[in-house]
Amino acid sequence: MKAEVIVSLKKTVLDPQGKAIHHAIESLGFRSVTEVRQGKVFEIQLTGIQDEATAREEVERIAREVLTNPVIEEFSFILKN
Amino acid sequence: MHWGVVVFPGSNCDHDAYHVIHRVIGQPVDFIWHECNKLQGYDAIVLPGGFAYGDYLRTGAIAKFSPVMKAVQSFAAAGGLVLGICNGFQILCESGLLPGALMRNHGLEFLCKHVHIRTENILLPFTQNLSPGQVLKVPIAHMEGNYYADSMTLDELEANQQVVFRYSTEEGEITKESNPNGSARNIAGICNRAGNVMGMMPHPERASEMLLGSEDGRVIFESMVGSLVAR
Repeated sequence: MKAEVIVSLKKTVLDPQGKAIHHAIESLGFRSVTEVRQGKVFEIQLTGIQDEATAREEVERIAREVLTNPVIEEFSFILKN
Repeated sequence: MHWGVVVFPGSNCDHDAYHVIHRVIGQPVDFIWHECNKLQGYDAIVLPGGFAYGDYLRTGAIAKFSPVMKAVQSFAAAGGLVLGICNGFQILCESGLLPGALMRNHGLEFLCKHVHIRTENILLPFTQNLSPGQVLKVPIAHMEGNYYADSMTLDELEANQQVVFRYSTEEGEITKESNPNGSARNIAGICNRAGNVMGMMPHPERASEMLLGSEDGRVIFESMVGSLVAR
């Protein structure tokens, strides 16, 4: 099983990198973009876990305790077979 | 009084801190490797600047899981003095020893220059030799120095006198222009509730001898010595 975890800055936290990227996109002439937020993606390979519930529990703990700083970041993830 | 300077893989201000403690203020000091899990016999611990574990994932994120940080947690809980400078401050925040987080500088550039900071609390072991509002000239050198905490946490920090230094003008005025990195409320350094753990982005160890352009930072180390002597 594989997990894909997306970590991003909380909506309440300013993202100056996202802003800079947004400006770059605008400078190329794309007028439809209203906001860009930058984040990180982690691909996590799991072995020996059969059921989805256990996998969810483990990935959630990994994301909460290691991959994010809860002061400024939040996460979401999907499991793939 | 015995001092320890923690060395993580990637620390690069460890020798500067050691030099100031050993040569400038004349205190016994050891380097402490990150795998060490006991801090017996020490009175003050410095977490130096640098890029602990390459700052992989986030600044200080891997360092918080090192054996020495568990020992620093117990050392701090027992009342030992802990000073985190720059990357050391980031590690203290990641470890939960100090509230908040250090984010990418507002202007997205690495900043390396002298700044002025105003002293906000002189009742601490780290600041007892300073006068109220005293302005210090010390260098910063960081990419992630933008202090962030939610407004409730910031209010709590202010109410408990935990804001120790703010970026200011040379005259001690707190202005938007004197804030180099976008830090909330111009915060350059904070302490924990008990007042024995302090983190700051500016480098006092790089400003402890006139040869380096300023000796304003030395007073922080001298304050710590004074408070340890009085214990």
